[in-house]
Amino acid sequence: MRIGFLHSIIRTDEKLLIEAFGDMPDVELTMLDTRTLQFEPTAERSCLDAVFARDVSHSRNLCALRLYEAAGAPCVNRAEVVETCGDKLQTSLALIGAGIPHPELRVAFSPEAALEAMEAMGYPVVLKPLIGSWGRMVAKINDRDAAEAVLEHKTSLGGWQHGVFYIQQYVEKYGRDLRAFVVGDECVAAIYRTSSHWKTNTARGAAASACPVTPEIAELSLRAARAVGGGVLAVDLFETVNGLQVNEVNDTMEFKNSVGVTGVDIHRLTAAFVVGAARELAYA
Amino acid sequence: MSECTVCGAAVTMDDGTMVGELLDCGDCGSELEVTGLSPFSLQDAPQEAEDWGQ
Repeated sequence: MRIGFLHSIIRTDEKLLIEAFGDMPDVELTMLDTRTLQFEPTAERSCLDAVFARDVSHSRNLCALRLYEAAGAPCVNRAEVVETCGDKLQTSLALIGAGIPHPELRVAFSPEAALEAMEAMGYPVVLKPLIGSWGRMVAKINDRDAAEAVLEHKTSLGGWQHGVFYIQQYVEKYGRDLRAFVVGDECVAAIYRTSSHWKTNTARGAAASACPVTPEIAELSLRAARAVGGGVLAVDLFETVNGLQVNEVNDTMEFKNSVGVTGVDIHRLTAAFVVGAARELAYA
Repeated sequence: MSECTVCGAAVTMDDGTMVGELLDCGDCGSELEVTGLSPFSLQDAPQEAEDWGQ
Protein backbone atom coordinates (compact mmCIF):
# COMPACT_ATOMS: atom_id res chain seq x y z
CA MET A 1 0.00 0.00 0.00
CA ARG A 2 1.62 3.26 -1.14
CA ILE A 3 0.49 6.33 0.73
CA GLY A 4 1.60 9.76 -0.45
CA PHE A 5 2.24 12.12 2.46
CA LEU A 6 1.70 15.66 1.27
CA HIS A 7 3.66 18.13 3.38
CA SER A 8 6.00 21.09 3.61
CA ILE A 9 7.53 21.76 7.02
CA ILE A 10 7.44 18.79 9.37
CA ARG A 11 5.96 19.73 12.71
CA THR A 12 5.48 17.46 15.72
CA ASP A 13 2.03 16.56 14.34
CA GLU A 14 3.54 15.32 11.08
CA LYS A 15 6.30 13.43 12.88
CA LEU A 16 3.73 11.58 14.95
CA LEU A 17 1.75 10.70 11.83
CA ILE A 18 4.83 9.55 9.93
CA GLU A 19 5.76 7.36 12.90
CA ALA A 20 2.24 5.91 12.96
CA PHE A 21 2.32 5.06 9.25
CA GLY A 22 5.81 3.61 9.70
CA ASP A 23 4.52 1.20 12.31
CA MET A 24 1.84 -0.17 10.00
CA PRO A 25 2.68 -3.35 8.09
CA ASP A 26 2.56 -3.17 4.29
CA VAL A 27 2.49 0.62 4.21
CA GLU A 28 5.07 2.44 2.15
CA LEU A 29 5.07 6.17 2.75
CA THR A 30 6.05 8.43 -0.15
CA MET A 31 6.95 11.90 1.05
CA LEU A 32 5.55 14.62 -1.21
CA ASP A 33 6.99 18.04 -0.33
CA THR A 34 4.75 20.52 -2.12
CA ARG A 35 7.63 22.97 -2.30
CA THR A 36 9.52 20.67 -4.65
CA LEU A 37 6.62 19.07 -6.54
CA GLN A 38 6.19 19.77 -10.21
CA PHE A 39 2.95 18.40 -11.46
CA GLU A 40 2.07 18.11 -15.11
CA PRO A 41 -1.57 17.08 -15.33
CA THR A 42 -2.00 14.21 -17.77
CA ALA A 43 -4.49 11.41 -18.31
CA GLU A 44 -2.11 9.02 -16.54
CA ARG A 45 -3.24 7.60 -13.23
CA SER A 46 -1.25 8.09 -10.07
CA CYS A 47 0.58 5.04 -8.73
CA LEU A 48 -0.33 6.05 -5.18
CA ASP A 49 -3.08 4.17 -3.36
CA ALA A 50 -3.97 7.28 -1.39
CA VAL A 51 -2.70 10.76 -0.66
CA PHE A 52 -2.88 12.21 2.83
CA ALA A 53 -2.74 16.00 3.03
CA ARG A 54 -0.67 17.56 5.79
CA ASP A 55 0.78 20.72 4.25
CA VAL A 56 0.62 23.62 6.69
CA SER A 57 -0.48 25.81 3.76
CA HIS A 58 -4.18 25.58 2.91
CA SER A 59 -3.78 26.75 -0.69
CA ARG A 60 -0.96 24.30 -1.49
CA ASN A 61 -2.90 21.46 0.15
CA LEU A 62 -6.02 22.22 -1.82
CA CYS A 63 -4.38 22.60 -5.23
CA ALA A 64 -2.19 19.52 -4.76
CA LEU A 65 -5.23 17.46 -3.71
CA ARG A 66 -7.11 18.58 -6.81
CA LEU A 67 -4.18 17.44 -8.95
CA TYR A 68 -3.91 14.05 -7.24
CA GLU A 69 -7.65 13.48 -7.34
CA ALA A 70 -7.62 14.32 -11.06
CA ALA A 71 -4.93 11.63 -11.40
CA GLY A 72 -7.24 9.13 -9.73
CA ALA A 73 -5.65 8.99 -6.29
CA PRO A 74 -8.08 8.82 -3.37
CA CYS A 75 -7.30 11.67 -1.00
CA VAL A 76 -7.79 12.23 2.71
CA ASN A 77 -9.28 14.67 3.18
CA ARG A 78 -10.96 15.12 -0.17
CA ALA A 79 -10.24 18.39 -1.98
CA GLU A 80 -13.89 19.35 -1.72
CA VAL A 81 -13.74 18.97 2.08
CA VAL A 82 -10.51 20.96 2.33
CA GLU A 83 -12.02 23.69 0.16
CA THR A 84 -15.09 23.91 2.40
CA CYS A 85 -13.19 23.84 5.69
CA GLY A 86 -10.52 26.28 4.52
CA ASP A 87 -13.06 28.98 3.79
CA LYS A 88 -15.08 30.26 6.74
CA LEU A 89 -18.03 31.30 4.60
CA GLN A 90 -18.24 27.92 2.88
CA THR A 91 -18.00 26.20 6.26
CA SER A 92 -20.77 28.39 7.66
CA LEU A 93 -23.01 27.67 4.69
CA ALA A 94 -22.44 23.93 5.07
CA LEU A 95 -23.16 24.04 8.81
CA ILE A 96 -26.19 26.32 8.54
CA GLY A 97 -27.51 24.23 5.64
CA ALA A 98 -27.32 21.14 7.85
CA GLY A 99 -29.18 22.89 10.68
CA ILE A 100 -26.15 22.86 12.97
CA PRO A 101 -26.04 25.52 15.71
CA HIS A 102 -23.55 28.19 14.60
CA PRO A 103 -22.83 31.72 15.85
CA GLU A 104 -24.97 34.44 14.25
CA LEU A 105 -23.28 35.54 11.03
CA ARG A 106 -23.53 38.39 8.57
CA VAL A 107 -21.47 38.88 5.43
CA ALA A 108 -20.95 42.23 3.72
CA PHE A 109 -18.98 43.44 0.73
CA SER A 110 -18.23 47.04 1.58
CA PRO A 111 -17.05 48.74 4.77
CA GLU A 112 -20.27 50.76 4.89
CA ALA A 113 -22.45 47.65 4.68
CA ALA A 114 -20.20 45.89 7.19
CA LEU A 115 -20.63 48.76 9.66
CA GLU A 116 -24.40 48.65 9.22
CA ALA A 117 -24.35 44.90 9.80
CA MET A 118 -22.31 45.28 12.99
CA GLU A 119 -24.63 48.00 14.33
CA ALA A 120 -27.61 45.79 13.62
CA MET A 121 -26.03 42.76 15.31
CA GLY A 122 -24.91 44.69 18.37
CA TYR A 123 -21.41 44.74 19.80
CA PRO A 124 -19.18 42.94 20.42
CA VAL A 125 -18.75 41.25 17.07
CA VAL A 126 -15.82 39.34 15.61
CA LEU A 127 -14.49 40.18 12.17
CA LYS A 128 -12.61 37.36 10.46
CA PRO A 129 -10.80 36.85 7.18
CA LEU A 130 -12.43 34.09 5.13
CA ILE A 131 -9.20 32.14 4.90
CA GLY A 132 -6.74 31.85 7.75
CA SER A 133 -6.12 30.21 11.07
CA TRP A 134 -4.43 30.53 14.43
CA GLY A 135 -6.51 33.63 15.15
CA ARG A 136 -4.59 35.71 12.61
CA MET A 137 -6.28 39.02 11.82
CA VAL A 138 -9.36 38.02 13.77
CA ALA A 139 -10.63 41.17 15.48
CA LYS A 140 -13.06 41.48 18.36
CA ILE A 141 -14.87 44.77 17.87
CA ASN A 142 -16.44 46.21 20.99
CA ASP A 143 -17.97 49.43 19.69
CA ARG A 144 -18.57 51.63 16.68
CA ASP A 145 -15.28 53.49 17.07
CA ALA A 146 -13.31 50.26 16.89
CA ALA A 147 -15.46 49.06 13.97
CA GLU A 148 -14.72 52.18 11.94
CA ALA A 149 -11.00 51.91 12.66
CA VAL A 150 -10.69 48.23 11.79
CA LEU A 151 -12.78 48.58 8.64
CA GLU A 152 -10.70 51.52 7.47
CA HIS A 153 -7.48 49.61 8.10
CA LYS A 154 -8.73 46.53 6.29
CA THR A 155 -9.91 48.59 3.35
CA SER A 156 -6.69 50.58 3.07
CA LEU A 157 -4.10 47.94 3.92
CA GLY A 158 -5.70 44.60 3.15
CA GLY A 159 -5.61 42.78 -0.17
CA TRP A 160 -8.66 41.95 -2.26
CA GLN A 161 -9.43 38.97 -0.05
CA HIS A 162 -10.11 41.35 2.84
CA GLY A 163 -12.89 43.03 0.89
CA VAL A 164 -15.38 40.41 2.04
CA PHE A 165 -16.41 41.09 5.62
CA TYR A 166 -17.30 37.97 7.60
CA ILE A 167 -18.89 39.17 10.82
CA GLN A 168 -19.77 36.83 13.65
CA GLN A 169 -21.64 37.65 16.81
CA TYR A 170 -19.15 37.45 19.68
CA VAL A 171 -19.82 34.40 21.82
CA GLU A 172 -18.78 34.66 25.47
CA LYS A 173 -16.65 31.58 26.03
CA TYR A 174 -15.72 32.22 29.67
CA GLY A 175 -12.10 31.45 28.93
CA ARG A 176 -12.39 28.25 26.96
CA ASP A 177 -13.76 26.45 23.95
CA LEU A 178 -13.74 22.81 22.86
CA ARG A 179 -12.06 20.98 20.04
CA ALA A 180 -13.45 17.56 19.12
CA PHE A 181 -11.51 15.19 16.89
CA VAL A 182 -13.48 13.19 14.36
CA VAL A 183 -11.92 10.28 12.50
CA GLY A 184 -14.38 8.84 10.01
CA ASP A 185 -17.58 8.00 11.85
CA GLU A 186 -16.24 8.42 15.36
CA CYS A 187 -15.53 11.34 17.65
CA VAL A 188 -12.33 9.92 19.13
CA ALA A 189 -11.31 12.64 21.58
CA ALA A 190 -11.97 16.17 22.72
CA ILE A 191 -10.06 18.88 24.53
CA TYR A 192 -10.81 22.13 26.28
CA ARG A 193 -8.69 25.02 25.05
CA THR A 194 -8.33 27.45 27.92
CA SER A 195 -6.88 30.93 27.79
CA SER A 196 -7.16 34.24 29.59
CA HIS A 197 -7.28 35.84 26.12
CA TRP A 198 -10.55 35.76 24.20
CA LYS A 199 -8.75 33.89 21.41
CA THR A 200 -8.40 30.29 22.51
CA ASN A 201 -6.13 28.93 19.77
CA THR A 202 -3.45 26.63 21.16
CA ALA A 203 -1.12 28.19 18.57
CA ARG A 204 -1.56 31.37 20.64
CA GLY A 205 -0.75 29.68 23.91
CA ALA A 206 -4.13 28.34 25.05
CA ALA A 207 -3.72 25.30 27.31
CA ALA A 208 -5.14 21.96 26.20
CA SER A 209 -6.84 19.69 28.73
CA ALA A 210 -8.94 16.58 28.39
CA CYS A 211 -12.64 17.01 27.79
CA PRO A 212 -14.93 14.00 28.17
CA VAL A 213 -16.63 13.11 24.89
CA THR A 214 -20.25 13.45 25.95
CA PRO A 215 -23.05 12.15 23.72
CA GLU A 216 -23.87 15.79 22.85
CA ILE A 217 -20.28 16.55 21.79
CA ALA A 218 -20.00 13.33 19.81
CA GLU A 219 -23.33 13.77 18.05
CA LEU A 220 -22.80 17.42 17.12
CA SER A 221 -19.20 16.88 16.02
CA LEU A 222 -20.17 14.01 13.76
CA ARG A 223 -23.00 16.05 12.27
CA ALA A 224 -20.61 18.93 11.63
CA ALA A 225 -18.02 16.61 10.10
CA ARG A 226 -20.62 15.09 7.80
CA ALA A 227 -21.91 18.54 6.84
CA VAL A 228 -18.52 19.47 5.39
CA GLY A 229 -18.03 16.12 3.67
CA GLY A 230 -16.44 13.95 6.36
CA GLY A 231 -12.97 12.53 6.88
CA VAL A 232 -10.39 13.37 9.52
CA LEU A 233 -11.51 16.63 11.06
CA ALA A 234 -11.31 18.79 14.17
CA VAL A 235 -14.53 20.52 15.14
CA ASP A 236 -14.30 23.68 17.23
CA LEU A 237 -17.23 24.14 19.57
CA PHE A 238 -18.49 26.94 21.80
CA GLU A 239 -20.36 26.26 25.03
CA THR A 240 -23.29 28.66 25.24
CA VAL A 241 -26.29 29.02 27.51
CA ASN A 242 -28.33 27.49 24.69
CA GLY A 243 -26.05 24.49 24.25
CA LEU A 244 -23.10 23.81 22.01
CA GLN A 245 -22.44 25.74 18.81
CA VAL A 246 -20.02 24.74 16.07
CA ASN A 247 -17.65 27.57 15.25
CA GLU A 248 -15.56 25.94 12.55
CA VAL A 249 -14.23 22.66 11.20
CA ASN A 250 -10.53 22.06 10.49
CA ASP A 251 -9.38 19.76 7.72
CA THR A 252 -5.64 19.56 8.51
CA MET A 253 -5.99 19.39 12.23
CA GLU A 254 -3.25 20.04 14.71
CA PHE A 255 -3.37 17.61 17.60
CA LYS A 256 0.09 17.36 19.15
CA ASN A 257 -1.08 19.01 22.38
CA SER A 258 -4.09 16.73 22.56
CA VAL A 259 -2.52 13.26 22.46
CA GLY A 260 -0.87 13.53 25.87
CA VAL A 261 -3.81 15.11 27.70
CA THR A 262 -6.48 12.80 26.27
CA GLY A 263 -4.41 9.61 26.16
CA VAL A 264 -5.83 8.98 22.69
CA ASP A 265 -3.37 8.22 19.91
CA ILE A 266 -5.09 10.49 17.40
CA HIS A 267 -2.19 10.06 14.96
CA ARG A 268 -2.51 6.25 14.95
CA LEU A 269 -6.28 6.36 14.51
CA THR A 270 -5.80 8.82 11.67
CA ALA A 271 -3.17 6.69 9.92
CA ALA A 272 -5.40 3.63 10.25
CA PHE A 273 -8.32 5.57 8.76
CA VAL A 274 -6.24 6.70 5.77
CA VAL A 275 -5.01 3.18 5.07
CA GLY A 276 -8.51 1.78 5.59
CA ALA A 277 -9.97 4.31 3.17
CA ALA A 278 -7.32 3.43 0.58
CA ARG A 279 -8.04 -0.30 0.96
CA GLU A 280 -11.78 0.21 0.75
CA LEU A 281 -11.41 2.16 -2.47
CA ALA A 282 -8.91 -0.31 -3.89
CA TYR A 283 -11.39 -3.16 -3.49
CA ALA A 284 -14.45 -1.12 -4.49
CA MET B 1 26.24 18.93 13.91
CA SER B 2 25.41 22.10 11.99
CA GLU B 3 25.39 25.82 12.72
CA CYS B 4 22.41 28.02 13.48
CA THR B 5 21.92 30.23 10.41
CA VAL B 6 21.18 33.20 12.66
CA CYS B 7 23.69 33.11 15.54
CA GLY B 8 26.14 30.41 14.47
CA ALA B 9 25.65 28.26 17.57
CA ALA B 10 26.03 24.49 17.22
CA VAL B 11 22.78 22.63 16.52
CA THR B 12 22.72 18.86 16.72
CA MET B 13 20.42 16.26 15.23
CA ASP B 14 19.22 13.05 16.82
CA ASP B 15 18.25 9.64 15.44
CA GLY B 16 14.71 10.73 14.67
CA THR B 17 15.52 14.01 12.93
CA MET B 18 13.84 14.35 9.52
CA VAL B 19 14.26 16.59 6.51
CA GLY B 20 11.67 19.36 6.72
CA GLU B 21 11.54 19.22 10.52
CA LEU B 22 11.62 22.43 12.49
CA LEU B 23 14.22 22.83 15.22
CA ASP B 24 14.82 25.67 17.66
CA CYS B 25 18.34 26.96 18.17
CA GLY B 26 19.20 26.38 21.81
CA ASP B 27 21.16 29.64 21.97
CA CYS B 28 19.13 32.30 20.17
CA GLY B 29 15.78 30.48 19.87
CA SER B 30 15.54 30.97 16.10
CA GLU B 31 13.34 28.48 14.30
CA LEU B 32 15.30 26.46 11.75
CA GLU B 33 14.30 23.93 9.11
CA VAL B 34 16.32 20.79 8.49
CA THR B 35 17.27 20.66 4.80
CA GLY B 36 19.58 17.63 4.83
CA LEU B 37 20.73 14.81 7.07
CA SER B 38 23.93 13.71 5.46
CA PRO B 39 25.49 16.16 5.80
CA PHE B 40 23.22 17.73 8.40
CA SER B 41 22.14 21.15 7.11
CA LEU B 42 19.75 23.86 8.20
CA GLN B 43 18.08 26.95 6.84
CA ASP B 44 15.88 29.64 8.36
CA ALA B 45 12.38 28.25 8.88
CA PRO B 46 9.87 29.73 6.42
CA GLN B 47 7.87 32.70 7.61
CA GLU B 48 4.27 32.01 8.59
CA ALA B 49 1.92 32.78 5.70
CA GLU B 50 -1.68 33.96 5.71
CA ASP B 51 -3.08 30.56 4.78
CA TRP B 52 -1.13 28.54 7.35
CA GLY B 53 -2.41 26.39 10.11
CA GLN B 54 -5.52 25.09 11.81
